[in-house]
Amino acid sequence: MPQPKIYRVAEITRLIKTVLEDEVGEIWIEGELSNFRKPSSGHCYFTLKDAAAQIAAVMFRGNQRNLQFQPADGMMVRVFGQVSVYEKSGQYQVIVRQIILSGQGALQAAFEALKKKLADEGLFDPSRKKPLPLLPRHIGIVTSPTGAAIRDILNILTRRFPNLHIVLAPVRVQGAGAGADIAAAIDALNAWGGLEVLIVGRGGGSLEDLWCFNEEIVARAIARSALPIISAVGHEIDFTISDFVADLRAPTPSAAAELVVREKAEFEAQLRESARRLARSLQQQFLGLQHRLLAVSRSHVFREPAYVAQRYRDRIDRLGLQMRHGLENIFRERQQITDDLSLRLVRQMREWQRLRAMDIKRLALLLNGINPLAVLDRGYSITCRQDGGILKDAGQVTPGAKVVTRLSKGTFESEVV
Amino acid sequence: MKTPDKQPGFEKSLERLEAIVQEMESGTMSLDKMMKHFEEGMGLVKFCSEKLNEVEHKIEILVKKNGQMTAEPFAAPEADTAPDKETENI
Repeated sequence: MPQPKIYRVAEITRLIKTVLEDEVGEIWIEGELSNFRKPSSGHCYFTLKDAAAQIAAVMFRGNQRNLQFQPADGMMVRVFGQVSVYEKSGQYQVIVRQIILSGQGALQAAFEALKKKLADEGLFDPSRKKPLPLLPRHIGIVTSPTGAAIRDILNILTRRFPNLHIVLAPVRVQGAGAGADIAAAIDALNAWGGLEVLIVGRGGGSLEDLWCFNEEIVARAIARSALPIISAVGHEIDFTISDFVADLRAPTPSAAAELVVREKAEFEAQLRESARRLARSLQQQFLGLQHRLLAVSRSHVFREPAYVAQRYRDRIDRLGLQMRHGLENIFRERQQITDDLSLRLVRQMREWQRLRAMDIKRLALLLNGINPLAVLDRGYSITCRQDGGILKDAGQVTPGAKVVTRLSKGTFESEVV
Repeated sequence: MKTPDKQPGFEKSLERLEAIVQEMESGTMSLDKMMKHFEEGMGLVKFCSEKLNEVEHKIEILVKKNGQMTAEPFAAPEADTAPDKETENI
């Protein structure tokens, strides 16, 4: 019979420790807090118990910064940590990394307390809300790099706006330390520079899963962010503290992606529509002028020199055609609505206007020719009898008669000799 | 660190464009003023369209390397490898 293996105390203790740590690993335990104490070392020691059993627990100082509440005996809590062995005393205990109040009632109480505290500080004031940019093209996202949330957000953003610059700050979104991760990521994206808006969130989960978005550290990071933040915690009904502090709340990560930027196609349609309305207004104005000009050119004075009117008609027809072509081109080139066609159209219009001004000058000259007084400008004069009759024949006056001569400027009297 | 992209006035340009369109449609303008407005409006359309296309598509992930934040290309997780619920120990 072989000799049974004989362990030394340290040896078996280490073995037990290894088995416990490997087999049990990191777990959540729910129970009632008792014998809570915090000596000067800063570490917290307590016992978790229920009606049938109890287990020792320690929370080291370094893990306490995420603590949402002041633990006290009698509280129902859930702790997250690793079961391990304290070799010196041979006792097993839970090394606690996170404690949350358990039960909806208790969680709700902690939630309401923090909500009231932050509301009193004015962190939820509408006046604090930063406006979201209409066209953010550099977007920061704080979420898990492996979750459904990032996949949904990227799918939707890429579909709505194919050319965006997106920067993901990867974080844990549940469990111990998630809140600190999220807060640090918000700060990091603000420091990164060049971003215009942030989406902070995760997919749906239980109240406990989402709890990090109810942590004060996250609320404070959102409040101090210079960039506007959309909170996107995937729990459509309940609000988190993050939702209240954020500049905009989206019910899910997908919804956040839809809220953050309008569809590119929508912007393009708006621009196309504006261009169309601009051109239509100009065209209407043009048609109005065309109509008036035609009316003028058909009027009595201009009918005589028919070629002038005809030239107008020709030019108007030609310009009208060019303009229609220009407009048609503008709308045909969907992607190039803004190319030089519009400027060419303006040049055409300006040219038309210039020619029209020249023609009007010419018409005015023409009119001047018709005006009988215009010849006076060229040095001619008109002489009348005192009764006003125009002298066309020297026989109409006798010596000694007074006549009035009209010049281009002014009149004078003279006596016939 | 990148310099912030101020995107000079996409929003303002769009507002101005809207105002110009409305003013032109009120139809009480001289032809000259109208053409000036048309020209400005078309310029704004062009400017805004350029803004829409200015930025290159890029998805990055922040990574801490030797205490320094750097950005690396990021590919979205495939649907079958990413469970709907977030996983622990990410």
